[in-house]
Amino acid sequence: MVSDLQKKKPAKTKVEIKNLYKIFGPNPKAQVEKVKGGVGKPELLAEHGHVLGLNNINIKMPERAVQVIMGLSGSGKSTLIRHINRLIEPTAGEVIIDGEDVLSMGPNELRDFRRKKASMVFQKFALLPHRLVKENAAYGLTIQGIAEKEAEERAQKWINRVGLAGFENHYPAQLSGGMQQRVGLARALATDAEILLMDEAFSALDPLIRTDMQNVMLDLQEELHKTIIFITHDLDEALRIGDNIAILRDGVMVQQGSPQEIVLKPADDYVSDFIKDINRGRVLMVGSVMDGEKKVPGPTVPSDMAIEDALQVMTSAQSQSAVVEKGGKPVGSITIEDMIAAIARTEGKTEGSSAYT
Amino acid sequence: MEQLLTEFPELSRGALRDLRRYIDGNFKDFTREYGELIETMFDPLKWFLLWVQSVLLATPWPIVIIVLCGLAWLASRNWKLVVGTAAAFLLIGWLGMWEDTMVTLAMVSVATLICIGLGIPFGILMARSDRLQAIITPILDVMQTIPSFVYLIPVVMLLGIGKAPALLAVCIYAIPPIVRLTNLGIRLVDREVLEAADSFGASYRQKLFNVQVPLALPNIFAGVNQTIMMALSMVVVAALIGGSGLGTPVLRAVNNQYLALGLFNGMAIVAIAIIFDRVSQAYGKRLQKHREGGHGV
Ligand SMILES: Nc1ncnc2c1ncn2[C@@H]1O[C@H](COP(=O)(O)OP(=O)(O)OP(=O)(O)O)[C@@H](O)[C@H]1O
Ligand SMILES: [Mg+2]
Repeated sequence: MVSDLQKKKPAKTKVEIKNLYKIFGPNPKAQVEKVKGGVGKPELLAEHGHVLGLNNINIKMPERAVQVIMGLSGSGKSTLIRHINRLIEPTAGEVIIDGEDVLSMGPNELRDFRRKKASMVFQKFALLPHRLVKENAAYGLTIQGIAEKEAEERAQKWINRVGLAGFENHYPAQLSGGMQQRVGLARALATDAEILLMDEAFSALDPLIRTDMQNVMLDLQEELHKTIIFITHDLDEALRIGDNIAILRDGVMVQQGSPQEIVLKPADDYVSDFIKDINRGRVLMVGSVMDGEKKVPGPTVPSDMAIEDALQVMTSAQSQSAVVEKGGKPVGSITIEDMIAAIARTEGKTEGSSAYT
Repeated sequence: MEQLLTEFPELSRGALRDLRRYIDGNFKDFTREYGELIETMFDPLKWFLLWVQSVLLATPWPIVIIVLCGLAWLASRNWKLVVGTAAAFLLIGWLGMWEDTMVTLAMVSVATLICIGLGIPFGILMARSDRLQAIITPILDVMQTIPSFVYLIPVVMLLGIGKAPALLAVCIYAIPPIVRLTNLGIRLVDREVLEAADSFGASYRQKLFNVQVPLALPNIFAGVNQTIMMALSMVVVAALIGGSGLGTPVLRAVNNQYLALGLFNGMAIVAIAIIFDRVSQAYGKRLQKHREGGHGV
């Protein structure tokens, strides 16, 4: 996934959010001006009795990529993702999908949009407990008015695809958490929606099962190229599946960028705190820390190779440096010192390497 | 001053009498004006009740028992309950209470049907609006706690003595639990599941019939069960105003101190209550089969 980003082809924007504010409370509209004037979340709650959910969010989410939204509990992630299919109405701002303003849709249009264009996967699965797995997977299709039998036939493909063949006639309560979320995934995929909204979809699962589900999702994405908006508070998960990462804090978007950018140039202490425990050698790619000019001898490594792996290559070639190539052409070079420096820098310094592209 | 503390500052006797006269007079006027209209409105219900009653009475007793046992089996899948049902009804018949029992059965079934038909939609409406809930809850409280003899008075003034007023009295007494529990059941439906339905573009009807009602069903069913029990317990009181059935001999027994008669008929009511309760509870449990997980999370 991450490697695709390195190609830097300008992707079309699928979902755009502009100047979005969400305030919870008895009279939210009246608070917008105060928030625009600089009143923060704690102050708004203490002095005006309103909860600031989202504060001036602006983001463009590219088509066919995985956009991760991260943040601590209460930072507004769920609130943000629910604006995309308008499960939550904004206090102010715009949500534009494929050039169409979601907020101007009437009830019928909105229902149609939810049926065909965006489907959602939930943290606690949110399956219908009184329906069989096959009925749950077909749920989105039956909502569209497709006959039960045809809907179940179409859903069967997705049941197989998420590895649940043979469990069609079980009830959700008879399945483990990981399997239940596979049903949730099959249900979301069955409508062929282009946008997949996943609100901490894997957070309720054990670490091993979670990795499993990430693999299932990445495999599917390889093939389907959906626009996925994925919420998590787990950085490893974000780095693993995200093409882009946006970080929320108290309703404010503090940083957006590729995983490499986030790790190399954390915008503030909040972000550095997030990334301080990751294995930088495995996350950072050679291309992000290389020197675009210097010509050095040594083996060639692809630009999207992790530093850790490149070190292996260089050690076995007994070389202090390597040539970085991309698409078969040399694009730069890297030395062991560069790599060690990149791995070692754990503080939230923002004057990152100038070489990354 | 002292007098004010020892004697309650009550309305003067004359004023009190005037107040009562005023209320009575107004209600009597209302009855004179609309009594007949309201009575004709209740006619279809009365006919339906009489029809059910005559069907039960006209059907040969073995067939009635077989049908009742069949229903018990379908609902509970428990042969012990089926045997118990058969035994109870055979004993009732043997002790000479068959006809009264059929009359009571007709009254309770029709009252329960009416309560379900009105109570569930009402509970659904109530679950949709907090304001409606705030208005209806105290009314339900009053309906459940006011001594039933008290509301018999306006019912009798309006409809006289007979089947229709008895049915109305039973329904007023028995409808609160089904309304309450439908409301509660729907309000307790998992918010995330509802949100999921919304996120897939479910319409209001689709949400109601595919998500809310099915998930509220165990609670709704508990309401049905309680409604049946309350309808049964109202049978004796309804006999006072022409409900007939098992209540009538009980009243006769109270007036004349016939211990055995009172006991037999009382026990018949208890037996029917136990059967209905167990069967409907077993059915309610079967509705929740899907909740038994092998290894849930
Ligand atoms: N309906 C609501 N009424 C009032 N406040 C709300 C409401 N929904 C959310 N909030 C507040 O908005 C803020 C953001 O909540 P949100 O659920 O989006 O956080 P989150 O990032 O998804 O957190 P988590 O990781 O715990 O799911 C929180 O402070 C929360 O208390
Ligand atoms: Mg959340």
